[in-house]
Amino acid sequence: MIPDSATTTQDIEQRLLKIRDRPVVLEAKHLTRHFRTSQGGTAVALQDVSFQIHRREFVTVIGPSGCGKSTLVRLLAGLDEPTMGEILVDGKTVNGPGPDRGMVFQSYTLFPWLTVQKNVEFGLRMQGKGDNECRSQALQWLEMVGLESKADFYPHQLSGGMKQRVAIARALAARPRVLLMDEPFGALDPETRAQMQSYLLQIWQNINITIVFITHDLDEAVLLADRILVLGAADGVHPGGHLKQFMDVPLPYPHDVDVLRDPKFMAVRTHLDDLVHPRRELVRDRLPITRMVPLGDDV
Amino acid sequence: MALTAARRPRSPWFAVRRDLSGGRTTFLTVLSFLVPLGLWCAISYVPGLWQPQMRVTSAGGSETFDLGMRVPKAQFAEENADLVAAGKAPAVGEPCNPVFLPAPHEVGKAMYKAFVTPPKSKGDKWLHEALLHSISIIAWGFGIAALIGVPLGIACGVWAASSRLVEPVVDFLRYMPPPTFGALALAILGINDEPKVAIIVIGILFNMILVVANTTRQVDRGLLEAASTLGARDRQLVTRVVVPAILPTLWNDLRIFIGVGWTYLTVAEMVGASSGISLFINQQGKYRNYDNVFAGIILIGMIGLVTDQILAFLGRVLFPWTGAEPGPLTSACRRLFRRGKS
Repeated sequence: MIPDSATTTQDIEQRLLKIRDRPVVLEAKHLTRHFRTSQGGTAVALQDVSFQIHRREFVTVIGPSGCGKSTLVRLLAGLDEPTMGEILVDGKTVNGPGPDRGMVFQSYTLFPWLTVQKNVEFGLRMQGKGDNECRSQALQWLEMVGLESKADFYPHQLSGGMKQRVAIARALAARPRVLLMDEPFGALDPETRAQMQSYLLQIWQNINITIVFITHDLDEAVLLADRILVLGAADGVHPGGHLKQFMDVPLPYPHDVDVLRDPKFMAVRTHLDDLVHPRRELVRDRLPITRMVPLGDDV
Repeated sequence: MALTAARRPRSPWFAVRRDLSGGRTTFLTVLSFLVPLGLWCAISYVPGLWQPQMRVTSAGGSETFDLGMRVPKAQFAEENADLVAAGKAPAVGEPCNPVFLPAPHEVGKAMYKAFVTPPKSKGDKWLHEALLHSISIIAWGFGIAALIGVPLGIACGVWAASSRLVEPVVDFLRYMPPPTFGALALAILGINDEPKVAIIVIGILFNMILVVANTTRQVDRGLLEAASTLGARDRQLVTRVVVPAILPTLWNDLRIFIGVGWTYLTVAEMVGASSGISLFINQQGKYRNYDNVFAGIILIGMIGLVTDQILAFLGRVLFPWTGAEPGPLTSACRRLFRRGKS
């Protein structure tokens, strides 16, 4: 039986409402980050950002360049200190980095001196787990990302996509409450990128994990997310990066790459595009037309 | 049907930041040793290429010339003109190079002879004993310097506080030439090997601290951040991330500092009771046995090159994750060896 569009919409809405009933895993309260500029002034990277992320939610963070996306994820990971505000994991304030918030970086950051398996074991060893447990768990996570055959390889022997899969396995093996991903597929070619998106969705559906995913790619943001956190850059009203909207993605669940063909996908994407790139910016971005070289008749 | 495929143009020898083919690498590596050797041979064996002096083979009627004496050509001709004018028999000689430039075969012979000739006086050492003594001085000096310098350097690279405390004064100390500490070391440590080791330590240590600190600062911050999000504490960041991350670079840094050790060796060995290979070279220089002097210098070069190549090879075995290509000398040797077998 094919559900008609009305019931589907209802299902989606109910699902999104249900997400809000789940316990809050990650909460940001009035997060603000100021930087000293070299001229002695202060630059506002992030101004008063508050939000709640629930268990098993997939949230993407998107915004124009300079809106503080990377600052936000670094604050959440504890790699940077907020000027004001606080971060709570499971209702408890956290300071500094910790294994409860795993992180996947754009630059892979695999330890080059460790084999793939030892890389995945790293977090477990930090927790003082024994050799056998480390090995068996690492191999399970490698199997999950489809790389158990590369266990004894060194990172320099892997392709970019494989490296990032190892990085994901490494972060997940430490059993974090939240997985933070800072433009993880930004350095990959489009084909590998699409493949990685599909892998990530499958992994997420298989395990109990909350994901906060930074991206600057609109398609990626809509394809992956339950909800999208839209950040805005400094404008007349706001001195710096700020929370513009925390929007729901009303697309059928579970998401997969087929969603890209859904007409509703285009609607969401267009709406997001308008939010991220307001019309006036497009006008501002126009170059003055100056003809440097005369165009001949053959053109 | 005739194949008319255009031949691929040969790649140029000089292309900015491009690798050479294996054959060319081998060729150039061999050439880099052959060119100086060839020049040396040419000057030594090709008559008239340089040979600015005459070696007297028969003094004739001369009273100033002795058999085997080397005199500049002009002086030789002048003396002979005088002799002829005085009605005496002219001296006979053959063109030769100055005594400080022996021919390669003479140096080769000297090198062999130096090892098999017993020392002149009883207390003196054989050449291999002198060499071993030199090597032990370097090993001690380098070992002590590394034992202090590596941990201190890593500490400076890891903690800004250690860096601010240690590096300014080290920066000051490293400009003092180690030999100037010779007199002081002698007064404090006696006249045997201790002051020599001290000079090598001074020569290596201060620079080593700064170089290791810099190497440590090069560690990718992303690796430290990744480790801390995986639950690593400060101590684990140092032992599990910083130390393994710098090891390959540290290994190469230390290779360079062994070379620095050899640089200060000759000065160090002249402090107090002279010893080792420098004593051998200096004594032979005083006896004007320049073939032995060359033999000693070349020996030092060979020991240095061989140890460095062994360490480079060990480095690639110990740190397979760097994916480093073998160096030009190793690959050249391998290639030559393989060609010889086939």
